[in-house]
Amino acid sequence: MKARHKRFVFIFVGLAALGVAAALIFNALGSNMSYFYSPTEVVRNEAPQNHVFRLGGMVVSGSVQRGQELTVRFLITDTANEVKVSYTGILPDLFAEGQGVVAQGRLNGQGEFVADEVLAKHDETYMPPEAAAALEQGKLEAMKQSAAGAGR
Amino acid sequence: MKKGLIHWFKYASPASFYPLAGRIIPWAAVIAVLLFAVGLYMSLFVAPMDYKQGEGYRIIFIHVPAAWMSMFIYVVMVFWAIIGLAVNTRLSAMMAQALAPTGAMFTFLALWTGAFWGKPMWGTWWVWDARLTSELILLFLYIGYIALRGSIDDNRRADRASGILLLVGAVNIPIIHYSVKWWNTLHQGSSVSFQQGSSMSSIMLYGMLIMALACWAYTIAVVMVRVRSVILQREKDTKWVKNLAEIQS
Repeated sequence: MKARHKRFVFIFVGLAALGVAAALIFNALGSNMSYFYSPTEVVRNEAPQNHVFRLGGMVVSGSVQRGQELTVRFLITDTANEVKVSYTGILPDLFAEGQGVVAQGRLNGQGEFVADEVLAKHDETYMPPEAAAALEQGKLEAMKQSAAGAGR
Repeated sequence: MKKGLIHWFKYASPASFYPLAGRIIPWAAVIAVLLFAVGLYMSLFVAPMDYKQGEGYRIIFIHVPAAWMSMFIYVVMVFWAIIGLAVNTRLSAMMAQALAPTGAMFTFLALWTGAFWGKPMWGTWWVWDARLTSELILLFLYIGYIALRGSIDDNRRADRASGILLLVGAVNIPIIHYSVKWWNTLHQGSSVSFQQGSSMSSIMLYGMLIMALACWAYTIAVVMVRVRSVILQREKDTKWVKNLAEIQS
């Protein structure tokens, strides 16, 4: 082997070792690297009990209740489990039913998540309003059809 | 095959690459201007607004290409660092040196535009989630590389030390890319991927891709200008530089 081939091998072995080390570190850190916990993790008591953490998921459609003095109550779901959330303050513009959100706060005794910050999480779809309307229309049609099929 | 290889090695010498870079500059610059004109027109006037974010989403037309470039330029620098450390070619370290400021600029641009988008959409300028944090580390890697290079006077030693820094930092690139898959992040997942295609409407996607190509052409033009001055600076004692028409005049 020539000297420069040796150096190539040396560099690639070094890079591979570095990669393995990084993989092991991140594996050990596990969910600590995550920005938020899911409702399922909260229901399973995997989320911290007595201090602040973040909870992320979708706002359940029809669950938003606006109470007095700017307090808003809603359910956050990951489609498997739901967690009750209450928040007092101003919500971001993108906040809506069916929209992803990340709330920061802590659980109270009754299993309700009291948030002191709510951020909207955007998904990766980008489309014009007409396309979104057409998609919604298509969904409704499909629902109607399946309802008609079940009725027969 | 053999002939092709010799042709490539010819341009590995600064003396023959210097005029080649000079010939590339005008082409790349013209292409960049044209693509930026088309891309900006498409993204600001042709592309429709988003169904949820309204007009504010248009920041992706610069944000996403900048973020892509920030990672891609780093990968190219790592490539040159490997070649430089293994084969000891002078030009490869000069290429890495010339790429660094542009890479740092694109990283900063990605972070900055992201913050501007985050305030109205998420409700915050900045969060310490995995994607944002790893991109910030990339900015520090670029700055660290430039600083380390600049702090060592002997060019050959500076090349070696900063090259090793680049190699170590390479671990960060897959972390940035996969951060939105591996962990829960506030940052959304990729809208464009090789496996799943794109979750953007096609006109928006084309606008963004043209902007990305424009950034490529811009990078090539700027880096060629910079590498030429790096070559002149580092080869100033050689005969071929002294014989250059622009030096003698």
